[in-house]
This record gives sequence, structure tokens and C-alpha cells, in this order.
Amino acid sequence: MAKIVVHVMPKPEILDPQGKAVGAALPRLGFTGIAEVRQGKRFELTVDGEVTDEILDNARKAAETLLSNPVIEDVISVKVAREGGCGCGGHGHHHGGERKDLLA
Amino acid sequence: MSARIGVVTFPGTLDDRDAARAVRLAGADAVSLWHADEDLHGVDAIVLPGGFSYGDYLRAGAISRFAPIMDGIVDAAHGGMPVLGICNGFQVLTEVHLLPGSMIKNEHLHFVCRDQTLRVENAETSWTTEYREGEEIVIPLKNQDGQYVADDRTLDELEAEGRVAFRYVGWNPNGSRRDIAGITNARGNVVGLMPHPEHAVEPGFGPDSRESGRRGTDGLGFFTSAVKGLLAIA
Repeated sequence: MAKIVVHVMPKPEILDPQGKAVGAALPRLGFTGIAEVRQGKRFELTVDGEVTDEILDNARKAAETLLSNPVIEDVISVKVAREGGCGCGGHGHHHGGERKDLLA
Repeated sequence: MSARIGVVTFPGTLDDRDAARAVRLAGADAVSLWHADEDLHGVDAIVLPGGFSYGDYLRAGAISRFAPIMDGIVDAAHGGMPVLGICNGFQVLTEVHLLPGSMIKNEHLHFVCRDQTLRVENAETSWTTEYREGEEIVIPLKNQDGQYVADDRTLDELEAEGRVAFRYVGWNPNGSRRDIAGITNARGNVVGLMPHPEHAVEPGFGPDSRESGRRGTDGLGFFTSAVKGLLAIA
């Protein structure tokens, strides 16, 4: 089972009330040094079998039509998660290729 | 002959009964339409009521816009049929691109429920002819995702074309751009707003008025406007 990961973020010029609230909560909990928080969405689309070009193309269209609203959001990326990539549900032992840059 | 106004129910719609009651009090027949209906059952106008269709999952109105009945509504709206979107219905109208812009979470992040003063900025739409331009009305407002946003070009266009139909007066309850409470399309047949005219149509069940408590019926004009317009054509 392969997975397509779609990232959606509020447009930079759109105020993000949820991100703002999270940003305000951080220093209260002692997490200092963070200037701003913006909150987006991550969708994991699980595919039966391989991710063909057609399926990936469909996922891109879905990202632009249903998963995001172009008036307020940008689709940041539509990527195939690598085989054996993070299907773990997030237990803190990330081994997916696409996450390495974020952890570095 | 009386006008037939359809009220659409999606899974999670809350205010369809009140909207139907408002339609009847305005002198029209209320026709219940189901989101899965493929046709509009011959109605003359449509109300998309408030609520939390599909639980507001993904974005408010985002999933409803793909309901089977929406194709017919979009076609009818392009043909000039009066369509009113209230609260969640307004969100559906923006998601389906009948109206520009979008709604995001209220600036202060709180759910708001209050009697809200609005100014009628455009008294020539299918849903506002019973008001005077500049008239102030009080109707209930209740939402969490009510902050109207659009880019500056769109906002300038709306202003220039007189398509800001309603503006908040006294207090902007959600951070909406330029105090916008509701807008219309260029033709004036499609109107969307966040506050709820259908909750202010019957003495005893509306907002407090100057005269006495719960007597406010400022919302009824939306529905009588549509009915008069429809009967004038018929």
C-alpha cells in the first residue's frame, strides 16, 4: 500500500487565527524563541497498489479542488511517501524519507 | 398562486425548519429539498440554511458543495433564480463559487451568538427589496467560522459594484474584512450572509426590539422581498 501525502497551508496574506492562538500558548508553557506559528493540514491518501502517474495526477487535482480552497489556502506539496515510509501513525520514530529534512 | 421556495437540508443542517417557517410566514410554500435530490422539484427560489453540514469537516461548506443537488442550484442561479445562503449556506455558496471570497475562523476564535445590527447596503437584490438602502436591522448572529476574507482586488470590486449587501454596525463580531456581513452576485439574485434573518420573523421568537423583548421581526423582509419579486414575474 502506497501513500500520497498532501500538505495544505493558509495563504501567507490570510490571518491564521488557530496558528495565532497556538503561537500565543507556547510561551505560556515555557516554549520560548518561537516568533510565529501557522497551522496547516496534512492529508494521507492511501492507494491500492502502486502510485501511477494517473493516480498522482488525480491526487493533485483533488488537492486543488476539494482538499484546499484556493481563496484562502495553498497546496504546498503533493508527494508520494516512500515505500516503508511513515505509516506508523506518529510514534516519534519517523523513518520516512520526506521527513528527514524536517528533523535535520 | 403562491411562490414555491425550496429549503435544502444537508446532513448536519440545523436551521432548515426555521427557514421553512420564515418562507411560510412570508406567504410562500416551503418545499423541503434533500441534498441527494437530483432536481429542484420546480421551485422558484432556494434557501441554503445554516448549520454544520457534514460537521464542517475539511472546511465549512466544502463537502456540501459537491452534493448532487448543487449542480441544479448552480445552473438555476446562473439562470437568475433567487438563491439565499445563510451562515453555513453562505459558506456553501462561496465554496461552489457562486459568491467570491471565503469564511475562516473568527478572529478571536470564540463562537459568537448575539443579536447583531446590520446596515442594508444594497436594497436592490432579490432578497432585499423590502428594505431601504442604509436601513439598520437587528437579526441573530451565531457562528464560529464567520470571518469573511477575500483579496483586496475582490473586495474593491465588490465595493465598486455595490455588491456588499450588508455590513456589521457597532461591532464587527468576527474580524470580517471591511465589516462585510453579506454579499451578492453581480445580478443580485444570489445573496449570502452570516447572520440569520430566518430567526427574526415572528413576534415572540426574535431578537429584542426597541418596543419590547423578543419582538424583532427584521429578518422577514428577506423572504417577503423574494416572494414579491417572484409574484411580479409570474
